[in-house]
Amino acid sequence: MTELPTSTSRKMGLVIDLDTCVGCHACVISCKGWNTENYGAPLSDQDAYGADPSGTFLNRVHSFEVQPAATPDRPAPAAQLIHFPKSCLHCEDAPCVTVCPTGASYKRVEDGIVLVNESDCIGCGLCAWSCPYGARELDLAEGVMKKCTLCVDRIYNENLPEVDRVPTCVRTCPSGARHFGDLGDENSAVSQLVAERGGMDLMPEIGTKPVNKYLPPRPKDTLDAQIDILAPLLAPVTEEPGGFLGWLDKALDKLPGQSSGQTSGGTR
Amino acid sequence: MHPAPSVILFTTLSGLGFGLLTFLGLGYPGVTGWVAFVFYAIAYALAVGGLLASTFHLGHPERALKAFSQWKTSWLSREGLCAVAALLVMGLYAIGAIFIDSHWRLLGLLGAALSLGTVFTTSMIYCQLKTIPRWNMPLTPVMFLSFSIAGGALLAGQESLAIWLLLLAGVVQLGYWVQGDKAFAASGTTMATATGLGETGATVRAFEPPHTGSNYLLREFVHVVGRRHAQKLRAIALGFGFVLPVVLLVLPVDSSLVKHLMAAFAVLAHMAGIAVSRWLFFAQAEHVVGLYYGKR
Repeated sequence: MTELPTSTSRKMGLVIDLDTCVGCHACVISCKGWNTENYGAPLSDQDAYGADPSGTFLNRVHSFEVQPAATPDRPAPAAQLIHFPKSCLHCEDAPCVTVCPTGASYKRVEDGIVLVNESDCIGCGLCAWSCPYGARELDLAEGVMKKCTLCVDRIYNENLPEVDRVPTCVRTCPSGARHFGDLGDENSAVSQLVAERGGMDLMPEIGTKPVNKYLPPRPKDTLDAQIDILAPLLAPVTEEPGGFLGWLDKALDKLPGQSSGQTSGGTR
Repeated sequence: MHPAPSVILFTTLSGLGFGLLTFLGLGYPGVTGWVAFVFYAIAYALAVGGLLASTFHLGHPERALKAFSQWKTSWLSREGLCAVAALLVMGLYAIGAIFIDSHWRLLGLLGAALSLGTVFTTSMIYCQLKTIPRWNMPLTPVMFLSFSIAGGALLAGQESLAIWLLLLAGVVQLGYWVQGDKAFAASGTTMATATGLGETGATVRAFEPPHTGSNYLLREFVHVVGRRHAQKLRAIALGFGFVLPVVLLVLPVDSSLVKHLMAAFAVLAHMAGIAVSRWLFFAQAEHVVGLYYGKR
């Protein structure tokens, strides 16, 4: 049924770090690769080698330029380029589920994942209309709606090594910008990451209550403390021993006779 | 939004068809026999033709029966049920009127209510979408209903009533355009809220789309081309849909043949005007997902 569950036991989802994403699109490719040959219909391409290629993707990476406003402290802040991966946010109040006329779209009670039962989908497209994030795409070859499954065929798959039981986008990300876990458990690593970094919702005014969170980028033209990369080489190195050894060193210096080599304070 | 011909055809024709069924169910005109047959044939051709047209854009029309199951949450499902119920009830009522010369009053009233219910549920499919601010307003169902009732009165030959209902529908149309033009700004959704990157007055600009080519989202939701002539098309929609039919209805004509011809022209003009208005309804509707592409 397309009624949403009143609550889900867990809220599995992604945390995407806009500070560390380098915009390499590896998650896009690994997503397309895994999902075209596993759960449900393949992700088709149209005119793949022609003049106007397009295709079905469950994850796309946008890039935005952000120009911070000038302030008295920072009269000319530098613009930032933010790479912005976007896939299904597995919303708690998912409008795509309730609009579905056939019951093909549903949200799982056990983990909150939003899925499409492709054998019930009539391909009317209304769920894609209702999604503010553009997370759903109608596959033109198959005529059914495709969306991120949170790699439901990986995360519980005991045939895979344990390290691989995460969504393929998370497994692939070379910069550690994608994290997977239970956002309903406030002690989970992802929840703590969200709390620490001020994780945010996309389009909160639409009221979809997304499970996936985005971590805001940090300004890269200012640093909390000035770091000089040559500092370790330039700082005076004191080799003067302290404590008992220091006293012994001085005491022995005072004794008549020649000391060999270096003494405290350098070469004499 | 992409103005798909199937959906424009469907909402235009079925809106008129169910409008006519509403008037027939209420007993205006209370026709029987062959005259009734012609009226019902027109109403069913419009309503059923429209419904069939709407299945053309489905990916899997053969599974359409499944769409009747989710009436608890889905307006699309409710629309399907309402339409079938209206057609069945009005079918029974039509049999009474055509073959045994009798009007089953209660059945007719129920059929009229279900016919209006179908138009209302159709409009709610669009009205419910928070992602499309221009549709997400109470004026959307008001507009669909007022068009359907005015067109129904026109087709049912209720001339004096049709004049007033057409004028009313024209006013609703103007109000819808005025309010709709402000809807996106009023929704509060911007590139800043879409990306979460607009904190403390930062300017967000789309730098690079995910792919160099187009995709399903852009084709379906970001239809910019058709908006160029919006003002001209609005004038055409208003002129053909409401002004011309009213003029044709109020012109004093003696001959009954000319009168019928004028009414036929009024109906055709009205249908053309509504189709143009419906085209604009889709082409001008801006989906918030366009913001991720720096487009509206």
